[in-house]
Amino acid sequence: MSIAIDRNKCVGCGKCSEVCPGSLIKLDGKKAYIKYPKDCWGCTSCIKECPVNAVKFFLGADIGGMGSLVHTESKGDILNWVIEHYDGRVTEIQINSKESNKY
Amino acid sequence: MKSEKLITDILIIGGGTAGCYAGLTIAKNSPGTKVIICEKANIKRSGCLASGVNALNAYITEGHTPQDYVDYARKDADEIVRGDLLLTMSERLNSVTERLEKLGLVILKDENGKYVTRGNRNLKINGENIKPILAKAVENLPNVRIMNHVNITDFSVEDNRIKGAYGFGTESGIFYTIQAKAVIIATGGASGLYKPNNAGFSRHKMWYSPFNTGAGYAMGIRAGAEMTTLEMRFIALRCKDTISPTGTLAQGVGAKQINSLGEVYENKYGLTTSQRVHGTVTENIEGRGPCYLRTEGITPEQDESLLKAYLNMSPSQTIKWIESGKNPSQQNVEIEGTEPYIVGGHTASGYWVDTKRATTINGLFASGDVAGGCPQKYVTGALAEGEISALSAIDYIKSEKTPDISNAEISEHLSETEKYFSDTSSLFTCEQLEEAMQTVMDSYAGGIKTNYRFNEKQLDLADEKISKLEKLAGNLHADDCHELMFIYELKERLTVCHSLIAHLKARKETRWHSFAENLDYPEKDNINFRCYINSRLENGSLKIIKRELVKENQIYEHSN
Repeated sequence: MSIAIDRNKCVGCGKCSEVCPGSLIKLDGKKAYIKYPKDCWGCTSCIKECPVNAVKFFLGADIGGMGSLVHTESKGDILNWVIEHYDGRVTEIQINSKESNKY
Repeated sequence: MKSEKLITDILIIGGGTAGCYAGLTIAKNSPGTKVIICEKANIKRSGCLASGVNALNAYITEGHTPQDYVDYARKDADEIVRGDLLLTMSERLNSVTERLEKLGLVILKDENGKYVTRGNRNLKINGENIKPILAKAVENLPNVRIMNHVNITDFSVEDNRIKGAYGFGTESGIFYTIQAKAVIIATGGASGLYKPNNAGFSRHKMWYSPFNTGAGYAMGIRAGAEMTTLEMRFIALRCKDTISPTGTLAQGVGAKQINSLGEVYENKYGLTTSQRVHGTVTENIEGRGPCYLRTEGITPEQDESLLKAYLNMSPSQTIKWIESGKNPSQQNVEIEGTEPYIVGGHTASGYWVDTKRATTINGLFASGDVAGGCPQKYVTGALAEGEISALSAIDYIKSEKTPDISNAEISEHLSETEKYFSDTSSLFTCEQLEEAMQTVMDSYAGGIKTNYRFNEKQLDLADEKISKLEKLAGNLHADDCHELMFIYELKERLTVCHSLIAHLKARKETRWHSFAENLDYPEKDNINFRCYINSRLENGSLKIIKRELVKENQIYEHSN
């Protein structure tokens, strides 16, 4: 359970580092990195903060993860979850923040 | 470390659900009162609501009364609750829900504008952004100073009266002394005491926030506060691997618990929270595992809604479904019990408080997961207790001056804190000692390894080993303030472990399977243990206090 940060995309804004409830993400010069990857709770707060989709979430192999990378794109009320599969497919799920869960 | 002293009227420790709502309540009811909220991360996503929540599980639905909620919680905990606390909480559940909706939370309504309920006590919401909504409301308050990335480590108490607290900035490196007329403790419960389900790379993929390390309990225990019912541990029944919630499947789409033979087993063991865990454990022991929630055969619409619902509260489960190429309608969801936690929002563990949420330390109020006697709080109950403790603190400070914390006391605490930067004597790292603690608790104090069961001999061994680890923890070394926080978190957990072991030992019966299953006393004993087990640190040793149950329609008040 953890995140991967694309250092080429990272703009060093520090938003992921600020929001992480475990303060696990630090800035190394001008780029973010996860200092304590095993301490990630999987809350995905950081991927929702990142303005350039540089932070991606994945499931650890020890809990059955297959290597898909997840990020979110926010447009108005819509939060779009993008799951890039390990085999190249992409699944997108759009959630309207103004709509409640049905269950 | 640079040392700074701050003075405020009310200090709130912990900016989670209860702490944020306490801040909102003070600002609304006493706008001139100065408040500091200390939060070790950032209130935007800290605490239990980081990734969201998809239902409000504590609401008094039409046709029901607050007393119905009290009765439900009392039955679930087999009587070991405080009815007076449950009632005062339940009476506020609906008003805090309305306030949350006004702040921006989306709650499902029918065509007549009424909330749509899930079962008898639940509302359906979109709670992905529930914590940012709450945090934003607090950030806008003029007299509330939010101090993010400040880790509070100890209370300052003199003659059983709170004077404030000590802590340090995890990023700034500043040592803080905060003097206050009253303190509200709202740091959440304790995770990480036991070895988790997945002890490797995904060790923090747990039910509860891994960053809730029992700080509030530990500070209270050290300061001599009376604690109650720590032995009622909480073990959650979760989706295997992702440790995601099961309630949405069980209550949302009516998925039953089945074993590997396809038999519905939940009715065999009972439907209380602990019985659902116990049933699953027993089915596995007797060779009928693994156990599942039966989702096969649900509709494609239900599939789609579940994928979204889990993204709004526990995204890992949705990713797991997508990676597997099968939706829940095509595969049952395997379930397992988590490692045990101490969490007063679900069970009755925590500070021994009165209906004002006053602890046994004057001027210290407790709310949310640290406050005992009042289980089944969930989000709205934590908000309600945040409100009650805030109103009590406002009332308390009317006749109080700010107590003074002397320079001598400050320098003593500062040097205790700084010691960890200069001590290089330890062979061990904080992580190694944390793993050692979790192994001890797992093996000897009823962890996953022993199917949550223990006997007295094992508890004695656990206590001995935890004491040794406490000694080792005293010599740890920190290179920076984040590592310093890790050391304090470990010490907090060890303190809670000690008290927990003493409580488990004191309840010589088995009232709740799995939660406190003592193999030396496998039966319930209503003659001797229909009571609260409380404890207090006196002259360096933990004293167990048995207290009579507060009866129906009675109210307990502190009498010290």
